[in-house]
Amino acid sequence: MTYGPSAGQLVRPPEHQHDEPYVPVFTDARRDELDVILSRYPTKMAALLPALWIVQDTHGWVSEAAVEEVAGVLDLTAAYVKGVLSFYTMYHQHPVGKHFVQVCTTTPCNVCGAEDVVKAFLEHTGCGELGLTSDGGRFTVIEVECLGACGFATPVMINNEFIESVTPERVARIVAEHD
Amino acid sequence: MGFPHSSHDRETPILSQYFGDPEARSLAGWRERGGYASLEKALGMDPVEIQNCIKDSGLRGRGGAGFPTGIKWSFMKPDGKQHYLCCNADESEPGTFKDREIMRWTPHALIEGVAIGAYAIYADTAYIYIRGEYAEPLRIVQAAVDEAYAAGILGDNAMGTGKRIEVHVHRGAGAYICGEETALMNSLEGRRGNPRIKPPFPAVSGLFGKPTTINNVETLAVVPHILREGASWYQTLGRHENMRSRGTKLFSVCGNIARPGNYEVTMGFPFGEFLNELCGGALPGREIKAVIPGGSSVPILTREEAEGAFMDYEGMVDAGTMLGSGGVIVFDDRQDMVKQIARLARFYAHESCAQCSQCREGTAWTTRILERIADGQGNARDFDTLLSIADNMTGKTICVLSDSCATPVVSGLKKFRDEFEAKLGPDHSRGVVPVLLTSNRTVAA
Repeated sequence: MTYGPSAGQLVRPPEHQHDEPYVPVFTDARRDELDVILSRYPTKMAALLPALWIVQDTHGWVSEAAVEEVAGVLDLTAAYVKGVLSFYTMYHQHPVGKHFVQVCTTTPCNVCGAEDVVKAFLEHTGCGELGLTSDGGRFTVIEVECLGACGFATPVMINNEFIESVTPERVARIVAEHD
Repeated sequence: MGFPHSSHDRETPILSQYFGDPEARSLAGWRERGGYASLEKALGMDPVEIQNCIKDSGLRGRGGAGFPTGIKWSFMKPDGKQHYLCCNADESEPGTFKDREIMRWTPHALIEGVAIGAYAIYADTAYIYIRGEYAEPLRIVQAAVDEAYAAGILGDNAMGTGKRIEVHVHRGAGAYICGEETALMNSLEGRRGNPRIKPPFPAVSGLFGKPTTINNVETLAVVPHILREGASWYQTLGRHENMRSRGTKLFSVCGNIARPGNYEVTMGFPFGEFLNELCGGALPGREIKAVIPGGSSVPILTREEAEGAFMDYEGMVDAGTMLGSGGVIVFDDRQDMVKQIARLARFYAHESCAQCSQCREGTAWTTRILERIADGQGNARDFDTLLSIADNMTGKTICVLSDSCATPVVSGLKKFRDEFEAKLGPDHSRGVVPVLLTSNRTVAA
C-alpha cells in the first residue's frame, strides 16, 4: 500500500500496523473525560478537536476506525470528521514512530542553523529521510513550521516534550536518551 | 525582563516581572503577589465602568492589529444574549514567543484578565484557545484553571459574588491560520480553521453565532494591572511625542542577535538602543543586515531603517513597517536574504487554508519561484512575476494571510534587490518564459 502526503505531513507509515484490530477509545474513563469536555460547549461538534486528541493520545494516531468511532460519539458523519482531521497537521492519519520528532526550520530558526539540526536527527535516528520511520518503529523525523519558541533556536518537539536550544552537537545524546 | 536573561535597567517589567519565578505560577504565590485583587474589584464594578477604564488607559490589542481594547469591549451590549470571550493563545507568528512566557510563568495573570474581560463584555463563558504545540503552557494554564475553580475564583459563584464565570482551555492542533480570529472561532466549534467573511463581525455573530470578543493573551494579561493602578498610570507609559500608543509591550527577539529573549519596554522605545544595548547587538564579528520588527508578516527593514525607528504602532508605520506582534527577527551579514524570504514564503504556502484562490495559488507559486531563484535558476522576468503575484495577493482575500506572504517578498525585493540579481542563472538574459505562463496546471508547493 502506498500513501500520498497528507495535509502538511509527509509521514509514511510502516504497513503492518494497519492490520491490528481497533480498540474503541470512548469507554470507561475516556468516556467520562469526553462527557466533562462536552459539558463545556453548547454543541457536540465543538468537542471534535478534544475528542481527536484523546484518540491520538490513546492509539498514537487517528485511524479510519477511530474516525468512525468519533463520528458516532459526536453525532457527526465520518466524512465530516475526516475533513476536519485532515485540516490540522498535528493529528497523525497514519501510524508514526514511537518518538515523533518535529524540528522547527522556519526562518528565525533557519538563520540559527536549524537545517543542520534536522540533518543530525536524520542521521542519528537512522531515519535517513524526512517522514520515514526508523527500524522497529522507533523514530519519525519531520520539519515543522514555527514552534513559537524562536528565541530558543532550535526548538524540537518529541511527542509532547519540548526541547529548547538544540544544536547538532546535542542531537546524538537526545536520541540516545529517547531510544 | 529579558527572559532568559536578567532584567535590563532600561526595561519596564510589568507583565514580565515574574518571568523565571516558578512561585508566581501557583495560586498561593500569585495571591501573595497581589493576584485576583483586581478581579474582586472588577466584579464589584459595572461592566461599562471597566470598559471605560480600559478605553481611558489607551490599551490597544497586542496581537498585531492594535485595535483599542476598550472600544472593542464597548461593542458588547447587555442585550440578554449569550456572549463569549475568546482568548487568542494560538501564538504562531514566526518570531513571536511572548504569550508563551506569559502562560508559562504567570498563568493566573492571564486567567484573571480573561475573567475580568468576560465580565466586562457580559459573557459568562470564556475559552482560552492555545496552539497545540504549546504542550507545556497548556499543562500550566490548565493546572491554574483547575486551581482557580477549586478556590471558587471561577464557576457559578465567582469569588463569592454570585456571578458566573466559566473559563475553559481549548487545545489547537497545528494550524497557523487559527490565530486569525474567525478561523479560531471555527476551530473552536469543531470545524476546519477557515476564516469567515466579515461582516458579520464577531461582536454581532461570533462563536456559536453569538456576540463574541477575541483578545490576545498579552492584552488580557495587562488588564488586572490597569484596573489596579488606574488608567492614568497606564497613560504615563510611552513617549510624549505619540500619545496614541501607551503602556508597555513585550518584544520577542530572535535570529542572529547576541541575547535573544523577551524584553518589555515602554511604547515608543528607540529601536536602535533596543537592538544594540538591551539585546547586545550583533553576534561577535558580525553585522546586522536586516530586521523584521513585528513578526514575519510585516515589511523587512534594513539595519539603518531599524535603528532610526521607534517601537510603537505609529513609529513603526513611520519607518515603513508595522509593530505587529512584536516578534523581532534579526538577520546578520551571513544570511542569504533570497533563501530566507523563500523560506518565509514556504511557511505561508504551508499554512494557507486554501479557500481563497489568490492565497492558495499565490503562496505556492511565490514559493516555487523564490526557491528557483535561490537555486540560481531564476531569470530577470521572475521579479516582475513575483510583484504581479504579490499585487494579486494583497487586499483580495477573506483574511490577511495572503497579504502577509506578499509583504516580505515585496519589501525584500525592494531592499535587497542586489542579492536577488546576484542569484540569477547564467542564461537569465535570454528571458526564459515565466513558469506561470507555460503552466496550465495547479501544483501545490
